[in-house]
Amino acid sequence: MRVVYMDYAASTPVRPEVAEAMNQAMLETWGNPSSPHRFGREARKLVDDARRKVADLVGAAPREVVFTSGGTEADNLAIAGTLLARRDRGRHLVTSAVEHHAVLGTCEYLARAGLAEVTILPVDAYGRVDPDTLAAAVRPDTVLVSVMLANNEVGTIQPIAELARVCREREVPFHTDAVQAVGTIPVNVRELGVDLLSLAAHKFYGPQGAGALVVRRGHRLEPLLHGGSHERQRRAGTEGVPAIVGLGKAAELAAVELEAYGAHARAMRDRLLDGVFGRIADVRLNGHPTSRLPNHAHLSFRGVDGEALLLKLDLLGIACSAGSACAAGAPEPSHVLRALGVEPEWAGGSVRLTVGRPTTAEDVDYVVDCLADTVARLRGGLPAAAGRVRP
Amino acid sequence: MRGLRAGAGPGLTAVKQLKRRTEAYLDNAATTRPHAAVVAAVVEAMRGAFGNPSSPHALGLEAERAVKAAREAVAALLGAHPDQVVFTSGGTEAINTALKGIAAAYRREGRHAVTAAAEHPATLAAMRHLEEDGFEVTVLPVDGQGLVDPAAVRAALRPDTLLASFMLVNNEVGSVQPVAGIAAAVREHRQATGRPCFLHVDAVQAVGRLPVSFAQLGADLLSLSGHKFHGPKGVGALVVGEGVRFRPLLAGGGQEGGRRSGTENVPGIVGLGKAAKLAAGWVAAGPSELRALRGRLVAGIRERFPDARLLGPDDERAAPHIASFVFPGLPGEVAVRALGARGVYVSTGSACSTRKPDPSHVLLAMGLAPGEVRSALRFSLSPMTEEREIDTALAVLEPVVAELRALARR
Repeated sequence: MRVVYMDYAASTPVRPEVAEAMNQAMLETWGNPSSPHRFGREARKLVDDARRKVADLVGAAPREVVFTSGGTEADNLAIAGTLLARRDRGRHLVTSAVEHHAVLGTCEYLARAGLAEVTILPVDAYGRVDPDTLAAAVRPDTVLVSVMLANNEVGTIQPIAELARVCREREVPFHTDAVQAVGTIPVNVRELGVDLLSLAAHKFYGPQGAGALVVRRGHRLEPLLHGGSHERQRRAGTEGVPAIVGLGKAAELAAVELEAYGAHARAMRDRLLDGVFGRIADVRLNGHPTSRLPNHAHLSFRGVDGEALLLKLDLLGIACSAGSACAAGAPEPSHVLRALGVEPEWAGGSVRLTVGRPTTAEDVDYVVDCLADTVARLRGGLPAAAGRVRP
Repeated sequence: MRGLRAGAGPGLTAVKQLKRRTEAYLDNAATTRPHAAVVAAVVEAMRGAFGNPSSPHALGLEAERAVKAAREAVAALLGAHPDQVVFTSGGTEAINTALKGIAAAYRREGRHAVTAAAEHPATLAAMRHLEEDGFEVTVLPVDGQGLVDPAAVRAALRPDTLLASFMLVNNEVGSVQPVAGIAAAVREHRQATGRPCFLHVDAVQAVGRLPVSFAQLGADLLSLSGHKFHGPKGVGALVVGEGVRFRPLLAGGGQEGGRRSGTENVPGIVGLGKAAKLAAGWVAAGPSELRALRGRLVAGIRERFPDARLLGPDDERAAPHIASFVFPGLPGEVAVRALGARGVYVSTGSACSTRKPDPSHVLLAMGLAPGEVRSALRFSLSPMTEEREIDTALAVLEPVVAELRALARR
C-alpha cells in the first residue's frame, strides 16, 4: 500500500544530515559542555556553533538564543518567566483565542494560580488578531502580549510586525510562538520587532526534544528550571547536546533552502487545493486564503464525519490530522475552529493536510483521489468520479 | 606530511583514535559516553518512528509504541510501574518539577521544606525559589563524610512540612545517603500527623550504578538523568508514586498523562530506554567489578601520595564509582587542565559548578577549609571504565601532581 505522510505540521522526519550530525555528536563529542577539559570544550563548541546557526536563521544575536527542550518549554518560559520577572509592573497577560495549548495552557494555569489576569483576544474569520483590538486591550499593567506567528491548525499568518509595533509603542514586551513558521517561511526577529520568539526543531526536519526561546537583549526572565548557571542563568540543566546539534544543523539547512522549500511546498499545496476544489463539492479552505503557511491546507467538508474521514484515510496509508496533533482525539471542534466561527456542519468534517520536503506530485494526486472517493462515500453518494462537481 | 594523506598511512581519524586509546576518562559523574547501542537506538528512532506520538495515524502510533517500550524499560530498572514514569528533558527538569510541582499542588497544606547543604544545585536553587515563594526551607548540615543524619531529618520535620528532598548518591564525593532511614522518618511523620508530606530522592548519580528500587526506597518521587548512565543528554525522568499529585512545570498539550506537556522527545526517550536496559544488566551483575576498579584507584593514589585524603566514606556507604581526594597544596583547577592535556580527564567537583569560580558548596559543607577545597580532585568511573584507564590515570597523576605542588610551593 502506498504510504503518504501529510502531517508535517505535527512533526517532520529528521533529515539524514541532521541525524548524522547527532550521531557524530553522540559518538565523538559527548562531553559535558560545562566540563573545563577537552571533552567539555569540544561539546561547548558544538553548542555554540548550533547557537550561531539558530541565531542566523531568525536574525538574532547568538547570546539571545536560549536552548530549551522544545516549543512548549520555550512558550512556558516566555510567558511564566516574563510574568515573574515583571511582577513589579503588573500581572496582566494578553493573548489570542487561537494560540497553541502551550500558550493558552500556561496563561490558564497562571490565572488559576492567581498570578495573572488574562485577556484573550478574539480573531476574525481567518484567525487573525486585529491590531486595533490589541491596542484597546493593552493596559498599563500589561506585562506581556503573546500572539503566534502562524497558526498550527489553520495555517494563518498573523500581522506580527503590526501587533508588535502596538506593543512597542506602549513599552509592553511581545512574544510570538513561531513554532510553525521558523524553517518554513522567512522569520526575522528584528524585522518583526518581537522581544521573545519560540521555535521547535522537529517542525523543520530537526529532532524532537530541542527548541529555543529567542530573548531580545535586555529582556529579563525568571528561569523555569533552576539549578546550574547554564544558558546565561536563563535555563538550568546540562545541555541536550545531540538534539541541540540537530537543531543547529536543521537551522543551517533551512536558512540555505528556505526559498526553494517555500516554492516546493506552495506548489504541492496548491496542487492539492486545485485537485480538491476541482473534484469535491461543499468544501472550504479554513484560515486565510493568502496570508498562510505555504505548506498548509486545512479543509472542511460539509456534512462529513471528520473522524471517519481520518480513519479511512489512515487505512489508505495517508497520515494527516483533524487539527493539531496535541488536540487529536478530542471529539468536539477545536478551540481554533470555534474562534474562527466555523459552523458545526463544516467544523465536524475537517482535516489538516500539510506537505513537506519529500512530498511529490504523485503523493498529492493520490491524496486527492482518496479524498474525493472517501468524501463521496461518507456523504452516502456515489464514488468520486460520478459525483464530480467541477471537473 | 605525505604519510598523513589518505591511503599512505593512518588517516587523521585513525591517529585520533590511537591517541584516544591512551586516554583515561574518569569524569563519569559529569557525563558518560553514550553506549554504542544507545546511539544506534537514537538514530534508528529518528529514521523509523519520526511521527508525533499524539498523532492518530500509523506513524504516530509507531512513535507512541517506541515511547511505551522505553517507559517500560525505565520502570523495570527502577522497580516502578510504567505509569509512574514521567519523561523530562533531564535531571534538572525532573528535580524542578518534583519540588515546585508538589509545592504548588499542596501549598495550602504546608509551606515548609527540608533538604541538605550538600544537595545538587538544581535542588538548592529550586528550594531558594520556593523560599521566595513563601516557603520556609530548613537546610540540614552534612557530616564530614557528606552524610545526612536521619535523626536530624526526623527532628526537622514539622506539622507543616510538605516536602523533603535528599540525594541518594552525592555527585561530588559519592556518599550514599541513608535514604531508607530518611524515608522511614518521613513516613512515620506522615502517619503521626495525618498530613501530606512527601520525600523526593535525587537519584541522578545512583541510577545505573547501584540497585535502585523505587518501591523499596519508600520515596514519593525520584529523579534520574539519562546521560549519567550512558544514555543521551537531554532526557531524564521523574518517577511519581501513586496518589502523589503535582502541578506540571510545563503546561500545554497535556502529554505524559497531563504531567508534562510538549511533544515527546522520541529519539531521546528511546535512547534512555536502551540505556535503562543496559544499566539493568550492570546493576544485576553487582557493583563488585566497579568497586574493585575504584579500590585499585584509591589504593594507587594512597600509595603514591601518602598525604592525599579520601573524601567521603570508604566503606559500604561509598558509591562504587566516585572517589574524591584532597591533595594538600595542589591547585585543583590547574591540575584538571594539566591532566587533561595529558589525556586524563577528571574534575574538581561537579561540572555544573566548574564554570563558576566559587569553591564547592559540598566540600565546604563537609567542613573542609577553602584551601583544601581548592586542592580536591574527583575521579568518577562507570561500568564501561577499563582497568587500563585507572593505570593510565595513576601513571600520569604522579608527575603532574608532584610538579604542580612544587610550582605552588615556590
